[in-house]
Amino acid sequence: MRLNVLTVAAATLAALMVSIPASAQEYTVGTIKIVQPWSRATPPAAPVAGGYITLTNTGTEPDRLVSGSSLISQKFEIHESKVVSGVASMRPVVGGIEIAPGATVMLQSGGTHIMFIKPTKRFVKGERFPVTLTFEKAGSITVDFAIQGRGASAPTENNDGHGAMDQ
Amino acid sequence: MNAVTTFRIVAWSAVAVVGGLLIGFSGIFPGVQPLPTSGTVSSTGEAAVGGPFELTTHRGQKFTNADVAGKPYLMFFGFTYCPDICPTTLSELTSLMDELGPDADRFSPLFITVDPERDNQQALAEYMTAFDSRIVALRGTPQQTEAAAKAFKAYYKKVPVDGGGYTMDHTAGVFLMGADGRFIGTMDMDEPRETRIAKLRRLIESKA
Repeated sequence: MRLNVLTVAAATLAALMVSIPASAQEYTVGTIKIVQPWSRATPPAAPVAGGYITLTNTGTEPDRLVSGSSLISQKFEIHESKVVSGVASMRPVVGGIEIAPGATVMLQSGGTHIMFIKPTKRFVKGERFPVTLTFEKAGSITVDFAIQGRGASAPTENNDGHGAMDQ
Repeated sequence: MNAVTTFRIVAWSAVAVVGGLLIGFSGIFPGVQPLPTSGTVSSTGEAAVGGPFELTTHRGQKFTNADVAGKPYLMFFGFTYCPDICPTTLSELTSLMDELGPDADRFSPLFITVDPERDNQQALAEYMTAFDSRIVALRGTPQQTEAAAKAFKAYYKKVPVDGGGYTMDHTAGVFLMGADGRFIGTMDMDEPRETRIAKLRRLIESKA
């Protein structure tokens, strides 16, 4: 079972960063580094879509992802999914996500993730959309989420938005 | 029966028992009692999963257990307000069926919504156009949905969330049902692809 919020030590982080291709989308705001925001193509009329992202706090003070906004959906929320004893559940996360100093937090498929509720358009593979993320201390930054194929469970290396436009 | 199969049956029996207890105590199905342990596992060690159901397809046709009599089928529970497990299961299934080609005609893939309130027929019809057209989405009245879940010893529950609205907890995983209507095992989309293909081939080969 996947951990909902993976907080890993700096050593593990170093190993992780090696595996991220140079083309990966990276952003920095304050002491927060944001890597590879992505989402998944949605079926028509899908009432929700997930958003996934990796956040690293390079500073010495804890920070929190407290909110976000986007024209792509009516609401931005953070939810936690899990499967316990064969039962899948999902709950909104209240109060945002803490990123401890030196820690990396992955908002990932099947775990804690961003929920775009009531999308204003269908998510199409290969397209991107901007989302403004707000951190308690680092402030706000607008990042581009890259839309992967429907079956994707992790960002692909070819995360440059030039993939097939088949959906 | 290999060790993995045995393990899965035991695990799912446990899920069924726990799910039954939860349903029994949740108060949402007042008439449903906790499942007795002895009633969920037969003497052969196979969980008694499967039973009568009556639902409506996303194309508006009535669909009951009689429609899959003598034919292998798989089914899973979900809802469209679910961002990963449900659409990923549907799209993984689409991809597996693509690989199986015409062999995939030999089983019926069924997706039962546990959220018929929001997943109305029109929404499901539109949603399902993204997936293999052989996959049938099913919905029912609250009572029909409850009966279908009970038939498969599956658990689901409506959970209110702060600020209004609700979400659904539900049994995850795909039930594989043989041509004789008996529960063969489950398939998990986190398993290696070759394992899933092998399970579907075994499902196809099951005898009535």
